[in-house]
Amino acid sequence: MTDVSANDLQGVTDAEDHHGPTDRSFVRIAVVLAIITAIEVAWSYLPVWDGAEGAKMVAEIGGLLLMMMLKFVIVAGWFMHLKFDKPILARLFYAAFVLAVVVYVAVLAAFEVFSTATPGYTP
Amino acid sequence: MSDAAVAGVTHADHADHPPTSTGLSNEKLGMWVFLGSECLLFGGLISTFLLYRSKVLPDIPGGTAKPLHETFNIAFTSASSFVLLMSSLTMVLAVSALAQRNIRGTRIWLAVTALLGMMFISGQVYEFYEFVNVNGYGLTHSPAWSAFYALTGFHGAHVTIGIVMLVTCLALTFSGRVNGDNPETVEIVGLYWHFVDVVWIVVFTLVYLIK
Repeated sequence: MTDVSANDLQGVTDAEDHHGPTDRSFVRIAVVLAIITAIEVAWSYLPVWDGAEGAKMVAEIGGLLLMMMLKFVIVAGWFMHLKFDKPILARLFYAAFVLAVVVYVAVLAAFEVFSTATPGYTP
Repeated sequence: MSDAAVAGVTHADHADHPPTSTGLSNEKLGMWVFLGSECLLFGGLISTFLLYRSKVLPDIPGGTAKPLHETFNIAFTSASSFVLLMSSLTMVLAVSALAQRNIRGTRIWLAVTALLGMMFISGQVYEFYEFVNVNGYGLTHSPAWSAFYALTGFHGAHVTIGIVMLVTCLALTFSGRVNGDNPETVEIVGLYWHFVDVVWIVVFTLVYLIK
């Protein structure tokens, strides 16, 4: 994920690692985010996903989750300056985020949300 | 918006706060801790939605239940998402302008950010109106719709609070209490605003795009 964003965000140079991105870099980052959003929407409408099951469904959802995470990391890293700020802030925020994901994935797994046999909670 | 200008707005060694053991101001660290706790709040709301999303009821007794995504207007919500995404850009430009002591630029970008936030909220109000009054899916229609309104409503409330914070910052630039000497005030408001955007990135994918 880091490689992709490093290639896409050409405006972010080594010098910026010390001073933060320039205004032009911020605009480039916003354009990248808009493009990813457009790809995300187009991806969800691809006809190949019609009635998708099994590996196809995993590919559809996996692609969307990947693009979502990419946008998340770009906004947190560049717009929220986590990439340039003291590491303690990135550790704090990502630790809380990972904790939330782990806790709620465990909860959802307990309710068998990921099972295709019994989707959702049945009271 | 100078190309060569360097934002440098989040340098850890700001001199506009008393010394601390972390080198960060307590206000900024406090905001990050708060945002970390918000991850758990929205995680709970998103999980609840995922748990109940299939629990829809038929419009008429004995009829077939219509899945949520068949009611969503993805084109409209995509436009709303784009608006919120661009508000993050204008927010970061406001922070950058203040770090360069460009008060006029700061005011313009803060105002544009608040306006984009209002556009997003207007879109959400319109979306809710359509769901409730045109389609007949109110808060208590079914567990799926209750979870949907709880999640998107909480997010909308956060955006509204963000708009109030932005307008307050804008007013404080006129009274001189927010200026180039203390750019961290706007930076902290910016962190909150970007977080609201980040949450919407997750909500947009999990709620609207994944069927």
